[in-house]
Amino acid sequence: MITVLKPGVYTTIQDLGRPGFAHIGVPVSGVMDSYSTKIGNQILKNELHDAVVEITFGGCQFQFNKDAWICITGADFYPTIKGNRLLMNTLIKVEKGTVLIFAKRVQGIRTYLCIKGGILSETVLKSKSFYKGVTSNFILKKGDKLAFRTATTEINETHSKVKIDATHFTSKSMVCTKGPEFDLLTEKEQTILIKSPFTISNDNNRVGYRLEEKLNTKLKAILTSGVLPGTVQLTPSGTLIVLMRDCQVTGGYPRVLQLSEMAINQLAQKTTGNQFWFDLKSF
Amino acid sequence: MHKYNLSYKSFGEKAILIEWPSKINETILHDILAFKKKIEQEVNLEDIIVGYNSLVLVSNFRIEKIEEKIGFLKKWYKLPLEIGIQKANHWEIPVCYDQHFSIDIEEVSQKNMITNNEVIKLHTSSVYTVYFVGFLPGFLYLGGLNSKLNTPRKDTPRLRIPKGAVAIGGSQTGVYPTESSGGWNIIGNSPISFFNVENTLPCFAKTGDKVSFKSISLDDYKKIKQKVEKKGTK
Repeated sequence: MITVLKPGVYTTIQDLGRPGFAHIGVPVSGVMDSYSTKIGNQILKNELHDAVVEITFGGCQFQFNKDAWICITGADFYPTIKGNRLLMNTLIKVEKGTVLIFAKRVQGIRTYLCIKGGILSETVLKSKSFYKGVTSNFILKKGDKLAFRTATTEINETHSKVKIDATHFTSKSMVCTKGPEFDLLTEKEQTILIKSPFTISNDNNRVGYRLEEKLNTKLKAILTSGVLPGTVQLTPSGTLIVLMRDCQVTGGYPRVLQLSEMAINQLAQKTTGNQFWFDLKSF
Repeated sequence: MHKYNLSYKSFGEKAILIEWPSKINETILHDILAFKKKIEQEVNLEDIIVGYNSLVLVSNFRIEKIEEKIGFLKKWYKLPLEIGIQKANHWEIPVCYDQHFSIDIEEVSQKNMITNNEVIKLHTSSVYTVYFVGFLPGFLYLGGLNSKLNTPRKDTPRLRIPKGAVAIGGSQTGVYPTESSGGWNIIGNSPISFFNVENTLPCFAKTGDKVSFKSISLDDYKKIKQKVEKKGTK
């Protein structure tokens, strides 16, 4: 077991989400930055869909009530055990009774606490990902206890550190393709969209990121149609919204761009005030 | 079977969008569902999202050679398709239109120059079609609202609309399955549950089903609500 001593701002359990339930209106959900959790689960030789703890903006403390192998990936919030700073993206043996502390921000915003064997929690519609209205918990609270599978296989400590793409946290260029309604924009609107920097507003969360800059447009709403994580919607008032993992399954705003999976992961590590560009690629 | 001129577009790395003419009608809905069924028989996809005039096919993997994939889809659409809906159910949804819940009914009646009672009468006398489920888990997109009830969405959406709220937004009507923000005009509340993961079918209704609303008293509302809540805690 792991006891949550301090839950931080927004801490949830996530796996790769619950695709396949659009017909009942259930969002895909899952880890915001799948690049980082894949690294963690690979180092631990877990299954890729094993559940992890997603910590937004650090500030957490966890106590281990039994020995565990862990790997911390994603945002660096200066993790320590007994005052010793832990390496990111590395296999770490944690002993029973240890307290793991996440403190000041070094880079990124979403940290993943990956545990050998994966977190064992309630599975709803084939996934452990928290989502209000679907899972009974939607946020971790002080005193919550997290169970995890006891490691049965030996872990090979060699090759346990992997090379991380350093641009994952610094890249300002978000690779995307045209959304279904991109061609309905005027040439001028298209140019602004793909040539200007955009700033993330303070309205950003697991559902979507609203951007500061507006795009003056006459584009009207469309008949409600499917949307995906990474879809960039343009509202009639000109606001751009980048949909993220907890987005609804359908929407009525024109879909002007579609982020690549990697761009969603990179954006998931950015927050209020950060700037970036849409980097339009064609297939 | 009516055949439409469909458009096929790539939608990101792992999805294809198929679009029918931009209209809301049941002939299109049935064509969409027939094609969806054919696609499900032919390929194994991560998900298929139904819209009023569209299907989004989501693949498990990055789609390579998209032109070839679209070629297959076009070929399948030309074949005679089976009916997409096996069995459409008709659901009668109890709604309490008491003033306790119907906080925006005046807006609907004034906008359409009818009485509050006529709003209720018109809302309960149509048979609605479930086009798809979206927005929130268990939120049914219904077609078939009497045009005398059309009421524009509110300029500023409410931050909290209660669970079960029955509302009108433009030419659409629906029930909020959970507490949510929203800009529709609230005319009543339904005591029943539209989404419950404890059930084998978390949402009882599906695309193609029919829905009608039945007016109930506040007393009946409370009785049904109690029963639903008891069942929910099991």
